[in-house]
Amino acid sequence: MNQDENVIELDGLSKSYSRFKLEPITMSIKQGYITGLVGPNGAGKSTLIKLLLGMAVPDRGEVRIFGRRMPEREQEIKERIGYVSDESHYYEHLSIGAMKNVLAPFYSCWDEQQYRQLLDRFELHPKARIRSLSKGMKMKLSLVFALSHHADLLIMDEPTAGLDPVFRRELLDMLADFIQEDTRSIVFSTHVTTDLDRIADYIAFVDKGRLVFCDSKEEIFERYALIKADRSLLDRDTRGTLIGIRETSVGFEGLSANREEAERLFGGFARIEIPTLEDIMFYTAKGRSGARV
Amino acid sequence: MNIIISNASGEPIYLQIVTQLRSAILNGTLSPGQGLPSIRQLAKDLQISVITTKRAYEELEKEGLVDSVIGKGSFVSGASSAQIREQRIRLMEEKMREIVKEAKGLDMGLDQLLSRFGQLYSDEGSEWL
Repeated sequence: MNQDENVIELDGLSKSYSRFKLEPITMSIKQGYITGLVGPNGAGKSTLIKLLLGMAVPDRGEVRIFGRRMPEREQEIKERIGYVSDESHYYEHLSIGAMKNVLAPFYSCWDEQQYRQLLDRFELHPKARIRSLSKGMKMKLSLVFALSHHADLLIMDEPTAGLDPVFRRELLDMLADFIQEDTRSIVFSTHVTTDLDRIADYIAFVDKGRLVFCDSKEEIFERYALIKADRSLLDRDTRGTLIGIRETSVGFEGLSANREEAERLFGGFARIEIPTLEDIMFYTAKGRSGARV
Repeated sequence: MNIIISNASGEPIYLQIVTQLRSAILNGTLSPGQGLPSIRQLAKDLQISVITTKRAYEELEKEGLVDSVIGKGSFVSGASSAQIREQRIRLMEEKMREIVKEAKGLDMGLDQLLSRFGQLYSDEGSEWL
């Protein structure tokens, strides 16, 4: 197994829009694993994915996928990528089958049998017009196309948006199936940090256009601590060690990015718990200031 | 062989897997040479990450309970239960040595240390296999 091979490498990638700036990002995404790109709405997740796929041009920096440079090797790279998005980028007036006829020739490994099986599995009819599909069905269709050309990398932008819990569970299973081959990789973005991040191996957290971290979930949960205690423990020094604090009349809850330090400072006087990704996202985005509720 | 993961318990998921596979191996539910699900299959079945199951298997390999063969998968090791027990006692002694060092650093006498151990031992009850 190519244990330390990267499927995606970003080097100083940045992009400015009039109202939004993606700070230079350098990170790598491991081959053979599932990486979740999380962050609040408007944090820069979709911008990052668009830059990855050459759907937007970076101001600076470099993208390498499968060790090859974008955009020079774009065509060859994209043949091996399955892209799933919550925005429908298909011709609305076409039927599913007609849309397939447009897309299939772009892929040398198009698998007609796989395509039919997936349509069946998702209960999509090839004669149905794309316009008539619900949001969830469009997501399923996007997934069918992405999985029908033997992609090595699945990139999904908010794949669970618009999906009911039943299909979300099914999606988890399909992703786990996809990743049974350790040469394949999955990157997905989400602002809902529940079921999908359970199966993620790595988490890249983006906030306000910055990459906060990109680490394995195990490392993250070992590093961060959620502290719950009496407000009398908060003074200028202890406050300074917390990334975010939520104070109420009955106590406070705060996030620390240094479990050892938190145990030294608060141990014995506070409950110190393992935060959820949602806790980490919430307190990082919210910060120390103005956190009084 | 069942593995049951609880998200509510504070115990890390990889440790839950280690504990359950270890007891299944030590009590003979899984016999030497028997194949275990692949890391990726187990991750899929438990709907958890590949890294988590990988870490659990690595831990079991370290304890000598599981052998992994590249390209073939993971198997219950052929070591006898007596050997395994010996191995685990060695690992325990390492931890005890650390505790003794810590106790000496705290100027704690053997009596005090033992009485604390006694307390913990009876608290733990049947949780530890």
